[in-house]
Amino acid sequence: MNENSITKIEGRAVFVPGDDVDTDRIIPARFMKCITFDGLGEFLFYDVRYKEDGSKKEHNLNDERFSEATIIVGGNNFGCGSSREHAPQSIQKAGFNAVIAGSFAEIFFGNSTNLGVVCVVVGDDDRKQIADLIDKQPELVVSIDLEALKVNIGEYSFDCLIKQDARKSLLEGSFDALSELLEGNSEVDTVVSGLHYIND
Amino acid sequence: MGKTLFEKVWDAHSVKTLSNGQTQLLIGTHLIHEVTSPQAFGMLRERGLSVRFPKRTFATVDHIVPTNEAVEPYSDSLAQGMIEELRNNCVENDITFFDTNTGHQGIVHIVGPEQGITQPGTTIACGDSHTSTHGAFGAIAFGIGTSQVRDVLATQTIALNELKVRRINVNGKLAPGVYAKDVILHIIRTLGTNGGTGFAYEYGGEVFDGFSMEERMTVCNMSIEGGARVGYVNPDDITFEYLKGRKYCPKDADFDQAVECWRNFASDADCQYDDVVTINASEIQPTVTWGITPGQGIGINECIPTIESGETQSARASIAEALDHMSFEGGSELKGKKIDVAFLGSCTNGRLSDLKEVAHYLKGKKVAEGVKAIVVPGSQVVAKIAKSLGLDEIFTEAGFEWRGAGCSMCLAMNPDKLIGNQLCASSSNRNFKGRQGSPTGRTLLMSPIMVAAAAITGEVSDAREIFEF
Ligand code: SF4
Repeated sequence: MNENSITKIEGRAVFVPGDDVDTDRIIPARFMKCITFDGLGEFLFYDVRYKEDGSKKEHNLNDERFSEATIIVGGNNFGCGSSREHAPQSIQKAGFNAVIAGSFAEIFFGNSTNLGVVCVVVGDDDRKQIADLIDKQPELVVSIDLEALKVNIGEYSFDCLIKQDARKSLLEGSFDALSELLEGNSEVDTVVSGLHYIND
Repeated sequence: MGKTLFEKVWDAHSVKTLSNGQTQLLIGTHLIHEVTSPQAFGMLRERGLSVRFPKRTFATVDHIVPTNEAVEPYSDSLAQGMIEELRNNCVENDITFFDTNTGHQGIVHIVGPEQGITQPGTTIACGDSHTSTHGAFGAIAFGIGTSQVRDVLATQTIALNELKVRRINVNGKLAPGVYAKDVILHIIRTLGTNGGTGFAYEYGGEVFDGFSMEERMTVCNMSIEGGARVGYVNPDDITFEYLKGRKYCPKDADFDQAVECWRNFASDADCQYDDVVTINASEIQPTVTWGITPGQGIGINECIPTIESGETQSARASIAEALDHMSFEGGSELKGKKIDVAFLGSCTNGRLSDLKEVAHYLKGKKVAEGVKAIVVPGSQVVAKIAKSLGLDEIFTEAGFEWRGAGCSMCLAMNPDKLIGNQLCASSSNRNFKGRQGSPTGRTLLMSPIMVAAAAITGEVSDAREIFEF
């Protein structure tokens, strides 16, 4: 464990309905014309939140009651589509640090974990109940307990799942793999020496 | 027991097991473009790290390049900033850059194979989910995020979980008018947009054995739309023939030696797959998407599903959402819907064979009045060869706009965009809401020949009724 270690996420939550919420929806491509990730938070779910004339659409993400949310509750196959890290970056920069969904697209899951954005899987019925609970009482605190693998809200407790390796690196605070990868430098040379296409 | 190609390549590139149980995997070939790499170079600078193997990274610019404006500075200053940033990063780090003035610039997934950088038995990564395209050569090719682009630059490795392998056989023969694009749209429709999660897809069977490299690339390209991060075809003589003489491939005796080595990477006859799916080629129809995920595809003569046809609550909600966005009625025919735009291009179908095939049938025909039709070669090399064959003239005579190489209308990072709720017949790979630049724009994914048929008739059409196959 180190200072980056993430064992528990606590905060209010907001329900973002729909399956197959893709990365273009999370951050439309036109906002990726940038050379840093700074400022991406503003454009999170932009077309979900705004009409073409710039006025706000009716959506939980625009609802004052959920303005303090730091956890997103979503559907199945969340984050499908592109490998753009702009998606989890915009989620994080908009102040969210976890997503609870029915399933995640693989690259999105990996990108999120690398940033310390916690992605856990909760079954459809349980998620529906969570969505109902926060809709009735937006001030309820949702807590994601990575040690016990539970999502707790009010008096309710639901099982959640997360890939073993991701859980371990979040708990140990080693989710940014770079330092550990750098330690492997000499082993890398050995593997490289066995691969012709890299040497020639 | 034998091994799959995936296992062989994985084993040859495994560096070690990391503390969380993931594998540190060597990435032999790294491709970068202007959208997902600048932040990675920024992170390197912040940590005082340098690029470990600069010769193993190759760069091109594709997403933001305007296709109707060749001279810099581009009218979009943000786009100009991005191309300059990439240029500087490449110079500073001694990375090969297929810049716009080299004659080799193009969409990253077209440039890699074209230059012979994409080779069998290798690992390839790029900050782009359609990196799966390169699997057509028997490479294991991953789309990665920007932090991983940083990892590859700094260490030539990334942390990954080993994937399971699903073999997808397509046996029999495709009917005339049915193309590689229809095969992959059919596979995604059958297995679902998240059916491939945790899997590498190995494509094989008679149809793939007979496919050209470009057709194999079209299928592998869209593996990610089926949820599979990796898709590949075992290398064979068709692969080696394609690679022979390409710039970054070994030459002469070295090439023959390389072929021997590449051949050995193919899956062994007695290997074990985690799953096997078999599809009969004769079932595959020209397939078109009607909704907002690539899995929402139907045969051209089927009707758009009704909400009630969804088997679960969430399936019904997805259909309802898609029908709403597309302004389609459940149960109605897709055929006959008026289109506004026809887009031929992208890393799925912007290759020479796509343009050639369409031009062959387009000759002497005219784009319907009121339809904006554009054709965008996937690379400068494709454009050059196409021109030398006179394809550009066939397209322009028919009423298509002939453009410069780039991603163009596949996504909204350059001036080529849908306007309002225009309906676009597109040879690209994603029909997500807003994908083509207008939040209310509507995309129908289909094969290039179906795009041509729609362009000519002004409505979604069965190409088999328009052209003689
Ligand atoms: S053509 Fe489309 S899918 Fe392919 S790399 Fe460009 S934007 Fe991505």
